[in-house]
Amino acid sequence: MTTLLLLGSLLTGGLVLALLARDDRPVFRIATPVVFGMLVLWLWQIVCTGYEVPLVLLPPPSAIAAAVVDHLPTLAADFRQTVLRAVIPGWAIGSGAGLLAAIALDASPFLRRGVLPLGSLVSAMPIVGIAPIMVMWFGFDWQSKAAVVVVMTFFPMLVNAAAGLGVTGAMEADLMRTYAAGYRQTLLKLRLPSALPFVFNALKLNATLALIGAIVAEFFGTPIVGMGFRISTQAARLNLDVVWAEIVMAALAGSISFALLALLERVVTFWHPSYH
Amino acid sequence: MRDRLSRALPLLCVLAILIAVWFAGSVAMNWDQAQDLADEDATWSDIAQATLALDRPLLPTPDQVASEMIRSMFGYPPTSPRSLVFHAGVTAWAAIVGFGIALLAGMALAIGIVHVRTLDRALMPWLIASQAVPVLAIAPMVVVVLGNVGLTGVLPKALIAGWLSFFPVTTGLVKGLRSSDPMQRDLMRTYSATEAQVFAKLRWPAAMSFLFPSMKVAAPLALVGAIVAELPTGAQAGLGARLLTGSYYGQTPQIWAALFMAAFLAMLAVALVDLTQALAAYTRGGRL
Repeated sequence: MTTLLLLGSLLTGGLVLALLARDDRPVFRIATPVVFGMLVLWLWQIVCTGYEVPLVLLPPPSAIAAAVVDHLPTLAADFRQTVLRAVIPGWAIGSGAGLLAAIALDASPFLRRGVLPLGSLVSAMPIVGIAPIMVMWFGFDWQSKAAVVVVMTFFPMLVNAAAGLGVTGAMEADLMRTYAAGYRQTLLKLRLPSALPFVFNALKLNATLALIGAIVAEFFGTPIVGMGFRISTQAARLNLDVVWAEIVMAALAGSISFALLALLERVVTFWHPSYH
Repeated sequence: MRDRLSRALPLLCVLAILIAVWFAGSVAMNWDQAQDLADEDATWSDIAQATLALDRPLLPTPDQVASEMIRSMFGYPPTSPRSLVFHAGVTAWAAIVGFGIALLAGMALAIGIVHVRTLDRALMPWLIASQAVPVLAIAPMVVVVLGNVGLTGVLPKALIAGWLSFFPVTTGLVKGLRSSDPMQRDLMRTYSATEAQVFAKLRWPAAMSFLFPSMKVAAPLALVGAIVAELPTGAQAGLGARLLTGSYYGQTPQIWAALFMAAFLAMLAVALVDLTQALAAYTRGGRL
């Protein structure tokens, strides 16, 4: 019975998707992935309930949705601890410091040649590993998580912003010279604005990195609240529906902040060729 | 020579400054602990010297970390669980297996996306959106669940490492497979080349210059995945386990040594990708 339902859903779903994908109109371009996502959820649901997959292996989407509703106060407390206290301040401080450092480096070619290779080296490294050190230095609470996030977000911003400050061409720089603009004016009116796409790139990248940093840092010790704490302890107790509920929250937090940043980027860098 | 010097000199200066700051930081951060341990009549300089040689310093000095690395790398045979080389090997193996899985899965999916329109329209938006999701959060659950089914050892870790490095490989390859010039594709059509021939002779070679940069992003990610996947297993072996036991027992030099080892592995991984790229370029007459 389940097998029949499964095969039937696969077949109809595949057919509908193939039909939708043929059309190039914007509505269909959005509808196709949405239908695909719903199909995946539906297949997941009937496989879990139909074959009676044990809850400790893979809870069905309905159980996860129920867990989100049931544990809403816990989820909200974890969200407050991890996202509002650690991720957002850490992300803002780390990205801000990276941007300021890039501007400071910009003034000295000597330092730039010394720091930038190190910066790109460090941004390719497993920085989450500093989490135990930060927990030791700043204690179990959100401060240590924010510190991990600061370090993780600093280097991508430094490297990207430095690259962005280097993109202005000789023509624009010459034009600023004919305006008799000083270093400060050139920086503020020409080079910083043209570096903005790079800065936004780093901000979006950092949004995900910051969430990962805070969640992983909580695996090394927390007060008894926080998304990473909940995920690791409830996974050990096999309460997988709660774990999935936390993952849904983390995914929502990540994609919403990413979308907001993309929206802001569109508004602020409306002049960029990629929006024409 | 001059050119090399003008590149190395700033780097060396910055490194020297960093090490000096590190020593100063060690003195400052370990001051309280050294003062507590010191005698009543210890002078300032006695305490300052003591800060650089504590057993469990808050911030170990560079030379303490270096000697811990040398001791744990060469002090034991590489098969002993007390050897850092052993733990680095465990983590590196998981990362390599995971990276291999990611490469195969990413290639299969990218080829599917490029050739099947339905897959492209239905899956590609999800692949891009998944970049904004902290996938590493699922690591503990995957390890615990697979452990429950009886899968332990390298496979759960490799799956997480692979899952993490799979996205850059896929998106990079999709871009690369599409990067060939439409003119050249038209030319292939006039030769009445089959889809498979177009793939082998045009699309795949054109994708190479996209594959290697995304591999350079993916390789360190596989390492991060392997390290984080070692945390929830109760710290048996691997660099993640060294980090965890180090933080439980306050063995700060051990944490720093594991951290530097992880950084070294990441550099090694990127260097290996560079080498493969150079080899690929060499076999194809000097350019990708």
